[in-house]
Amino acid sequence: MAIKTEAIDKEWPATTYEVGREKIGEYARVIGLENPVHFDREAARAAGYRDVVAPPMFCVVYSAPALGPAMFDPEVGMNFAAMVHGGQEFVWSEPACSGDEITTTAKCLEIYEKDGKGFYVFETVSTNQDGAEVVRGTWTNIVRGV
Amino acid sequence: MTELNAGDQIAGLSVTPDKYTPHRYAGASGDFNPIHIDPEFAKAVGLPNTILHGLYMMGLVARAATDAAGGDPGSLKRLSVQFRGMGAPEAEIVVSGEVKAAGDGKATIDVVAAQGENQTIRNAEAEVVL
Repeated sequence: MAIKTEAIDKEWPATTYEVGREKIGEYARVIGLENPVHFDREAARAAGYRDVVAPPMFCVVYSAPALGPAMFDPEVGMNFAAMVHGGQEFVWSEPACSGDEITTTAKCLEIYEKDGKGFYVFETVSTNQDGAEVVRGTWTNIVRGV
Repeated sequence: MTELNAGDQIAGLSVTPDKYTPHRYAGASGDFNPIHIDPEFAKAVGLPNTILHGLYMMGLVARAATDAAGGDPGSLKRLSVQFRGMGAPEAEIVVSGEVKAAGDGKATIDVVAAQGENQTIRNAEAEVVL
């Protein structure tokens, strides 16, 4: 069966997320991070940050909501029962701090078939309230038996 | 300033997520996919039991890479991973890595996360600034 590729280059509406200090702390504790810059405003400022700073991988918290509508879009047509998260890349620029308002857009970069599997590659781009890029994510989902 | 040289092994880390770690990660991240938190659902879709979130394990890889660069969260500039094995709660995860290249205040580190022989994250590459 040929894989549907009409969603390549499709973009989805932006989502906005306001970063909060307690949410950063909650994430940091699960990962076992102990650096006080993730919990304490004064420690973060002493280290040169505007406010409590998010760990890099906190980016999934504010960027994943933009990806949801893309993943479930019938035009993309991913078979969720046979899908695995195959690969992930993030490239970080400006830090994300408590109080930041981060806007994320999602786009389908590639859909292709290889060795009987479907590869669905999405990109999210997150920018802060000053328009500066915070993180760029490349999300690869693999569907068996397309 | 932290110094890294090509060929160095990073300190890495070892963590044993408990039974409820996927629940806490689900709450922290917003990813409530039932394969991570509901054993009955996980078994119904053919898994041996609930599995760890891949992005939780990537969070541990990011932690190890950040620590290797001196601990400042701003030091991690890029992280690319492949998820190739399922991770299970209540089993030790070991994150290890080797510096592939270093110079001009930057370093590239190859990282692996494994539970025993099962490499849950492989071909991970972290770029850090020092």
